[in-house]
Amino acid sequence: MIETACMIAIVAISAAALLNLYRLAAGPDVLDRVLALDTLVINAIALVVVAGIWFASPVYFEAGLLFAMVGFLSTVAFCKYLLRGNVIE
Amino acid sequence: MATVVEIVVAALIVIGAFFLLVGSLGLAKLPDLMRRLHAPTKATTLGIGATLVASMIAFTAATGSLSVHELLIAVFLFLTAPVTAHMIAKAHMLRHPALQQQLPSPPGTGWATLAPAPVDPEAPRTGEMPPAP
Repeated sequence: MIETACMIAIVAISAAALLNLYRLAAGPDVLDRVLALDTLVINAIALVVVAGIWFASPVYFEAGLLFAMVGFLSTVAFCKYLLRGNVIE
Repeated sequence: MATVVEIVVAALIVIGAFFLLVGSLGLAKLPDLMRRLHAPTKATTLGIGATLVASMIAFTAATGSLSVHELLIAVFLFLTAPVTAHMIAKAHMLRHPALQQQLPSPPGTGWATLAPAPVDPEAPRTGEMPPAP
Protein backbone atom coordinates (compact mmCIF):
# COMPACT_ATOMS: atom_id res chain seq x y z
CA MET A 1 0.00 0.00 0.00
CA ILE A 2 2.83 2.39 0.84
CA GLU A 3 4.49 1.55 -2.49
CA THR A 4 1.30 2.48 -4.39
CA ALA A 5 0.98 5.73 -2.43
CA CYS A 6 4.63 6.55 -3.15
CA MET A 7 4.12 5.93 -6.86
CA ILE A 8 1.05 8.22 -6.94
CA ALA A 9 2.93 10.84 -4.93
CA ILE A 10 5.97 10.74 -7.22
CA VAL A 11 3.78 11.20 -10.30
CA ALA A 12 1.91 14.12 -8.66
CA ILE A 13 5.07 15.82 -7.39
CA SER A 14 6.74 15.42 -10.78
CA ALA A 15 3.74 17.10 -12.41
CA ALA A 16 4.07 19.88 -9.82
CA ALA A 17 7.76 20.26 -10.68
CA LEU A 18 6.87 20.50 -14.37
CA LEU A 19 4.38 23.28 -13.57
CA ASN A 20 7.13 25.05 -11.63
CA LEU A 21 9.46 24.68 -14.61
CA TYR A 22 6.78 26.25 -16.82
CA ARG A 23 6.56 29.25 -14.48
CA LEU A 24 10.36 29.38 -14.33
CA ALA A 25 10.53 29.61 -18.12
CA ALA A 26 7.48 31.84 -18.70
CA GLY A 27 7.50 34.08 -15.61
CA PRO A 28 7.22 37.66 -16.85
CA ASP A 29 9.19 39.17 -13.97
CA VAL A 30 12.41 37.98 -12.38
CA LEU A 31 10.63 37.59 -9.03
CA ASP A 32 8.24 35.07 -10.60
CA ARG A 33 11.30 33.03 -11.47
CA VAL A 34 12.69 33.33 -7.94
CA LEU A 35 9.35 32.15 -6.54
CA ALA A 36 9.27 29.27 -9.03
CA LEU A 37 12.79 28.21 -8.00
CA ASP A 38 11.80 28.29 -4.32
CA THR A 39 8.76 26.10 -4.97
CA LEU A 40 10.84 23.79 -7.14
CA VAL A 41 13.26 23.27 -4.24
CA ILE A 42 10.35 22.39 -1.92
CA ASN A 43 9.06 19.89 -4.49
CA ALA A 44 12.54 18.38 -4.73
CA ILE A 45 12.60 17.96 -0.93
CA ALA A 46 9.23 16.21 -1.12
CA LEU A 47 10.53 13.88 -3.87
CA VAL A 48 13.58 13.02 -1.75
CA VAL A 49 11.45 12.35 1.34
CA VAL A 50 9.01 10.14 -0.62
CA ALA A 51 11.95 8.21 -2.09
CA GLY A 52 13.26 7.73 1.45
CA ILE A 53 9.92 6.27 2.57
CA TRP A 54 9.73 4.05 -0.52
CA PHE A 55 13.23 2.57 -0.16
CA ALA A 56 12.99 2.57 3.69
CA SER A 57 16.38 4.24 3.94
CA PRO A 58 17.17 7.08 6.38
CA VAL A 59 20.03 8.32 4.19
CA TYR A 60 17.74 10.54 2.12
CA PHE A 61 16.96 12.74 5.11
CA GLU A 62 20.30 14.56 4.97
CA ALA A 63 19.79 15.36 1.30
CA GLY A 64 16.39 16.87 2.11
CA LEU A 65 17.84 19.00 4.91
CA LEU A 66 20.64 20.28 2.65
CA PHE A 67 18.09 21.11 -0.07
CA ALA A 68 15.97 23.05 2.44
CA MET A 69 18.91 25.13 3.67
CA VAL A 70 20.38 25.86 0.23
CA GLY A 71 16.96 26.71 -1.19
CA PHE A 72 16.16 29.19 1.57
CA LEU A 73 19.58 30.84 1.39
CA SER A 74 19.49 31.19 -2.39
CA THR A 75 15.99 32.69 -2.35
CA VAL A 76 16.93 35.23 0.31
CA ALA A 77 20.15 36.07 -1.55
CA PHE A 78 18.23 36.62 -4.82
CA CYS A 79 15.69 38.88 -3.09
CA LYS A 80 18.41 40.78 -1.26
CA TYR A 81 20.23 41.34 -4.54
CA LEU A 82 17.07 42.60 -6.25
CA LEU A 83 16.25 44.85 -3.30
CA ARG A 84 19.64 46.37 -2.65
CA GLY A 85 21.83 45.64 -5.67
CA ASN A 86 24.17 43.68 -3.43
CA VAL A 87 24.06 40.52 -1.36
CA ILE A 88 26.52 41.27 1.44
CA GLU A 89 26.96 44.94 2.24
CA MET B 1 -1.50 -2.72 13.88
CA ALA B 2 0.91 -2.63 10.97
CA THR B 3 -1.95 -2.16 8.52
CA VAL B 4 -3.27 0.84 10.45
CA VAL B 5 0.18 2.43 10.28
CA GLU B 6 0.41 1.64 6.57
CA ILE B 7 -3.00 3.19 5.88
CA VAL B 8 -2.11 6.35 7.81
CA VAL B 9 1.27 6.69 6.10
CA ALA B 10 -0.20 6.10 2.63
CA ALA B 11 -3.01 8.59 3.24
CA LEU B 12 -0.56 11.24 4.49
CA ILE B 13 1.71 10.72 1.47
CA VAL B 14 -1.18 11.09 -0.97
CA ILE B 15 -2.56 14.15 0.87
CA GLY B 16 0.88 15.78 0.86
CA ALA B 17 1.38 15.12 -2.84
CA PHE B 18 -2.08 16.50 -3.59
CA PHE B 19 -1.39 19.76 -1.78
CA LEU B 20 2.03 20.09 -3.43
CA LEU B 21 0.31 19.70 -6.81
CA VAL B 22 -2.34 22.28 -5.85
CA GLY B 23 0.34 24.75 -4.79
CA SER B 24 2.27 24.39 -8.01
CA LEU B 25 -0.92 24.57 -10.07
CA GLY B 26 -1.75 27.86 -8.38
CA LEU B 27 1.76 29.10 -9.07
CA ALA B 28 1.36 28.30 -12.76
CA LYS B 29 -2.23 29.49 -13.17
CA LEU B 30 -2.84 32.63 -11.08
CA PRO B 31 -2.60 35.95 -12.91
CA ASP B 32 -0.03 38.11 -11.10
CA LEU B 33 2.81 37.76 -8.61
CA MET B 34 0.98 38.92 -5.49
CA ARG B 35 -1.72 36.30 -6.11
CA ARG B 36 0.80 33.67 -7.19
CA LEU B 37 2.58 34.12 -3.88
CA HIS B 38 -0.36 32.62 -1.98
CA ALA B 39 -0.22 29.14 -3.52
CA PRO B 40 3.38 28.10 -2.73
CA THR B 41 3.43 29.67 0.71
CA LYS B 42 0.30 27.95 2.00
CA ALA B 43 -0.59 24.85 -0.01
CA THR B 44 2.98 23.75 -0.63
CA THR B 45 3.96 24.18 3.01
CA LEU B 46 0.99 22.07 4.08
CA GLY B 47 1.93 19.42 1.52
CA ILE B 48 5.54 19.14 2.60
CA GLY B 49 4.41 19.05 6.25
CA ALA B 50 2.09 16.11 5.58
CA THR B 51 4.84 14.27 3.68
CA LEU B 52 7.32 14.78 6.52
CA VAL B 53 4.78 13.57 9.13
CA ALA B 54 4.26 10.47 6.95
CA SER B 55 8.02 9.93 6.91
CA MET B 56 8.20 10.28 10.70
CA ILE B 57 5.43 7.71 11.23
CA ALA B 58 6.92 5.30 8.68
CA PHE B 59 10.41 5.35 10.18
CA THR B 60 9.08 5.18 13.76
CA ALA B 61 7.07 2.08 12.84
CA ALA B 62 9.95 0.53 10.89
CA THR B 63 12.71 0.97 13.45
CA GLY B 64 10.70 0.83 16.67
CA SER B 65 12.32 3.97 18.06
CA LEU B 66 10.93 7.49 17.76
CA SER B 67 12.19 9.21 14.60
CA VAL B 68 12.19 12.98 15.06
CA HIS B 69 14.84 14.18 12.65
CA GLU B 70 12.24 14.93 9.95
CA LEU B 71 11.01 17.58 12.38
CA LEU B 72 14.22 19.49 11.59
CA ILE B 73 13.20 19.89 7.95
CA ALA B 74 9.58 20.61 8.90
CA VAL B 75 10.43 23.31 11.45
CA PHE B 76 13.00 24.84 9.12
CA LEU B 77 10.56 25.01 6.20
CA PHE B 78 7.71 26.31 8.36
CA LEU B 79 9.98 29.07 9.67
CA THR B 80 11.48 30.03 6.32
CA ALA B 81 8.39 29.97 4.05
CA PRO B 82 6.92 33.22 5.50
CA VAL B 83 10.36 34.86 5.40
CA THR B 84 10.85 34.10 1.70
CA ALA B 85 7.28 35.17 0.89
CA HIS B 86 7.83 38.45 2.72
CA MET B 87 11.14 39.07 0.94
CA ILE B 88 9.61 38.38 -2.48
CA ALA B 89 6.58 40.60 -1.79
CA LYS B 90 8.80 43.42 -0.52
CA ALA B 91 11.14 43.22 -3.51
CA HIS B 92 8.14 43.18 -5.86
CA MET B 93 6.64 46.22 -4.14
CA LEU B 94 9.87 48.17 -4.29
CA ARG B 95 10.54 47.33 -7.93
CA HIS B 96 7.11 48.54 -9.15
CA PRO B 97 6.42 52.20 -8.24
CA ALA B 98 2.91 52.01 -9.76
CA LEU B 99 1.93 49.47 -7.09
CA GLN B 100 3.12 51.78 -4.32
CA GLN B 101 0.49 54.37 -5.29
CA GLN B 102 -2.28 51.84 -4.51
CA LEU B 103 -1.15 51.27 -0.92
CA PRO B 104 -3.32 52.65 1.89
CA SER B 105 -1.41 55.23 3.88
CA PRO B 106 -0.95 54.22 7.51
CA PRO B 107 -1.17 56.86 10.26
CA GLY B 108 2.12 58.45 11.24
CA THR B 109 5.10 58.76 8.96
CA GLY B 110 4.02 56.30 6.26
CA TRP B 111 5.63 53.06 5.13
CA ALA B 112 9.06 52.65 6.66
CA THR B 113 10.14 50.33 3.87
CA LEU B 114 9.40 52.98 1.24
CA ALA B 115 11.27 55.78 3.02
CA PRO B 116 14.50 56.87 1.32
CA ALA B 117 17.56 55.30 2.89
CA PRO B 118 19.69 57.65 5.01
CA VAL B 119 22.75 58.66 3.03
CA ASP B 120 26.07 58.23 4.81
CA PRO B 121 28.75 60.14 2.85
CA GLU B 122 31.53 58.21 4.61
CA ALA B 123 30.20 54.82 3.58
CA PRO B 124 31.79 53.15 0.54
CA ARG B 125 29.60 52.76 -2.52
CA THR B 126 28.25 49.25 -2.68
CA GLY B 127 26.56 49.15 -6.06
CA GLU B 128 23.51 50.25 -7.95
CA MET B 129 20.01 48.92 -7.65
CA PRO B 130 19.12 46.91 -10.77
CA PRO B 131 16.53 48.75 -12.87
CA ALA B 132 12.92 47.70 -12.70
CA PRO B 133 11.52 46.42 -16.00
